[in-house]
Amino acid sequence: MPQTPLHAEHARLGASFTDFGGWDMPVRYSSDLAEHQAVRESAGLFDISHMAEIFVTGSGSAEFLDYALVGQASAIAIGKAKYSLICNVQGNIIDDLIVYRLADEEFLVIANAGNRAAVVEALEQRANVMNFSGVEDLSDDFALLAIQGPAATAILQTLTDSDLSILPYYSIGTGKVSGIDAYLCRTGYTGEDGFEILFSSDKAALVFDALITAGAISCGLASRDTLRLEAGMPLYGHELNLDINPYQAGLGRVVKLDRDADFVGKASLTALSTEDPDKQLVGLVGEGKRAARAEYLIYPTEDSTVPIGEITSGALSPTLGYPVAMAYVESAWSEVGNTVSVDIRGTRLQMSVVKLPFYKRSK
Amino acid sequence: MSNPTNLQYTKEHEWVSIDGDVATIGITAYAAEKLGDVVFVDLPKVGTSTTYMKICGEIESTKSVGELYAPLDGEVVEINNSVVSAPETVNTDPFGAGWLIKVRFTSLPELMTAEEYSALTGEG
Repeated sequence: MPQTPLHAEHARLGASFTDFGGWDMPVRYSSDLAEHQAVRESAGLFDISHMAEIFVTGSGSAEFLDYALVGQASAIAIGKAKYSLICNVQGNIIDDLIVYRLADEEFLVIANAGNRAAVVEALEQRANVMNFSGVEDLSDDFALLAIQGPAATAILQTLTDSDLSILPYYSIGTGKVSGIDAYLCRTGYTGEDGFEILFSSDKAALVFDALITAGAISCGLASRDTLRLEAGMPLYGHELNLDINPYQAGLGRVVKLDRDADFVGKASLTALSTEDPDKQLVGLVGEGKRAARAEYLIYPTEDSTVPIGEITSGALSPTLGYPVAMAYVESAWSEVGNTVSVDIRGTRLQMSVVKLPFYKRSK
Repeated sequence: MSNPTNLQYTKEHEWVSIDGDVATIGITAYAAEKLGDVVFVDLPKVGTSTTYMKICGEIESTKSVGELYAPLDGEVVEINNSVVSAPETVNTDPFGAGWLIKVRFTSLPELMTAEEYSALTGEG
């Protein structure tokens, strides 16, 4: 199973490991609740070097990405980032991505580890159609660290001469971190402020150790999952997959239909945009301490035996103290305020549909 | 954490402490560690009868759900209410304050020794 360049560091820090997207990744170091809390209250450090970095460069790169993705890369200002999706011709989601514009004709696309092959294949095939040859998968050359939490920026600032305050949310800059050249991306997957730091993989341990020494708490994927769930962020394989389109996932805003040029999935997505989706992604909250978890079935009432949906992710929210979940439910039941009944291993739990996210940081 | 030698064990990672005809039951440090932070325990009511290797409760962490298997036939005589209100005790003191239930047993099946259990989990 592939490992990130920091595997030995994680083992040294006492991490337990799990298979994630085919990678042997740290799930927790000691306590996933303590790691979750560290990100909400100070700063946590995640090794996300398993994620895919695909560079798109050269003449026609903006037009190529406009064709390959459902968002409009050409509309991203230099130094800014945009959340996007890559869909198939049917309009279903191959992956969710962040697109960073590094220069006029230079983009960085970060994709999920488990979808790396599918995304690279789709991009290369679409590049052929566009007679474009600037797609380069450089995932193996890079380490990617996420430092997240209210103290993240201050901690990172102690290791770099670049002024981090000039980088707003969803932007990217360059600088040296502990003397190592890095891209500094003000993005994340926790609902907190912070940075994702991309740099040469052979310097992974140096930068990781420097950030830990500077005060960041090493965090595993267990806490990353509860953090992103509280922040209402989808996880591919749970909320998103090849049977889901952006309108079902509540990501219609990401699809830019209002442009002349064609893009993969445009015809299907145009049709889908005009109809009500059959099912929709919702947030659910309940009382008590019992979590509704992925794949549990949802019924309209306690007595009903005909399911109207399924949980995609769920946990007892560490920050809020009550169960939260994301789920697909038939559209008739998706309105905020509606109550549903979830089968938790034979016991029913009443949950209410709420607006996502469950947790929003105070600015 | 090593497995105390005065306890007996099941392959489903329960430990059992025998005192007369009452068995105190909990989950092992190995099981607690695998689960991660325990946030909820669902224990059987006092008076419930238990059947050897049938599920009689649940231990939930943020990431997963673990099942509590009854290590013997009998009747629940006491449950640990401090663990119900502070489930993290299962992680901090699995073999002590983190005990889960007490069962008055009718027969005592053959359980594992600490040595056999450590061999099973590869801790030996």
